[in-house]
Amino acid sequence: MIEHPPIQPQQTKRDFLKYILGGSLFVWIGTILYPVLSYLKPPSQAEAEVSSVKAGKLSDIEKDSGTIVKFGTKPVILLRTANGDLRAFSATCTHLDCTVQYRKDFGLIWCACHNGKYDVNGRNVSGPPPRPLDEYKVNVQGGEVFISKKS
Amino acid sequence: MKQSLEKIYNWLNERVELDDLIKFMGKKYVPVHRHSVWYYFGGVSLFLFIIQVVTGILLLMYYKGSEEFAFESIQFIMSKVQFGWLIRSIHSWTANLFILTAMIHMFSVFFEKSYRKPREITWLTGMLMFFLALGFGFSGYLLPWNELAYFATKVGTDIAGVVPLVGKPIMIFLRGGEEVTGATLSRFFGFHVAVFPGIFTVLLGIHLLLVQRQGMSEPLSSENEPAVERKTMPFFPNFLLRDLLLWLIVLNLLAILAVFFPWELGKKADAFAAAPAGIKPEWYFLFMFQSLKYIPGKLWIFDGEVFGIMLFGAAGFLWMLVPLWDRKSARGEKNRLITYIGLFVVFYMIILTMIGWAS
Repeated sequence: MIEHPPIQPQQTKRDFLKYILGGSLFVWIGTILYPVLSYLKPPSQAEAEVSSVKAGKLSDIEKDSGTIVKFGTKPVILLRTANGDLRAFSATCTHLDCTVQYRKDFGLIWCACHNGKYDVNGRNVSGPPPRPLDEYKVNVQGGEVFISKKS
Repeated sequence: MKQSLEKIYNWLNERVELDDLIKFMGKKYVPVHRHSVWYYFGGVSLFLFIIQVVTGILLLMYYKGSEEFAFESIQFIMSKVQFGWLIRSIHSWTANLFILTAMIHMFSVFFEKSYRKPREITWLTGMLMFFLALGFGFSGYLLPWNELAYFATKVGTDIAGVVPLVGKPIMIFLRGGEEVTGATLSRFFGFHVAVFPGIFTVLLGIHLLLVQRQGMSEPLSSENEPAVERKTMPFFPNFLLRDLLLWLIVLNLLAILAVFFPWELGKKADAFAAAPAGIKPEWYFLFMFQSLKYIPGKLWIFDGEVFGIMLFGAAGFLWMLVPLWDRKSARGEKNRLITYIGLFVVFYMIILTMIGWAS
């Protein structure tokens, strides 16, 4: 039997090489993945920050009705209640992102996707929506209706 | 004629050993028993997939994947291109039938416990293909850029977004931004015609190779019978010819559906219109859609939808991994629990789909 001499020093040298090579493999994979993943992340486009929009003439808006108004890139629902009050809410359902509508027959805001209901104050009253709709400010100036963000 | 064919055969045979392949095919037998009918659904699914590839390529000749032109290009296909209406209708109908036959195929394998050792990988690749098929359906649904598709995509991607931690980045990745826009359409188009078909083809290759290599699974009950008592049928040509006959029938059925029930196009998507009343997802998502309606807004500290979606996700994952946790079938013992789980799932899906359909 030949006794093998201890191979400690060689082992550490080999380990060292293993870490260096393994580490550089990771770095190499990283240098390839980083640009690919960054590419897949959509760039944030500067959107003109909208703070207020004109929603039309008050005289054109019927009582007991709701219309969808463009607020920048987002839909907003403008309500005129039966007694003539104006209210505006985000038209995006808080459940799963559908666009809501006003239902005269219910006197409620309704989402067709999953039967979610909100009252005319934007409160979620029935169905799956977890939160009320965000409210917007409505002003009337010279017969024109303006919707603006609540500060 | 015959001589020249023989020459070509010999030329090929000298190089790639066709004889071996024919011998191998001749040795494959299909078990004959009272559940044999289910063996056909895999083949039919394969046939429908091939139809999708062919009609999909044809649609690509005219389709334009952008917010401005997608809807109009399909209008053009349906009204101006010769037989365009037929190609598009067949593509839409086949998509639905494909999911149906794949589902039947999956359930039959599940109830027969054919996923048991040694066919775990076949089951796994099959399940991955099934999920991809749902992805095909979901991404393809958006491509006409109509009202229903727009809201279906908003809801579907928002569902991905409610998953804790990873959800939001996934949603932004899928949508190509915060909202469903033309960027989403471009991405879905890419998934639908390049990413998914590529992955699907690889999985399908493995799946078919394994089926050829391991042969057809036999029911647990007949596995213990002596070999002489088991009836079989040669795969080539007997089973293959039956397969082909069925494919022909399916093709005729498709033609009838496409001609008499042409697929609608609907109204062009409008980001500033309310979701139309009566909006519903495709039938294969209906049972989940209907379930989501029943879950209240808040469940304990969770948002209801988060809970529902995580539950469906976990159930799908466990279903996919059934060969790993069903140890009994792997040992060749009967496992009634699996049958009951399968029955529960089938009935749950059928009942909720029907309620969703009717409401």
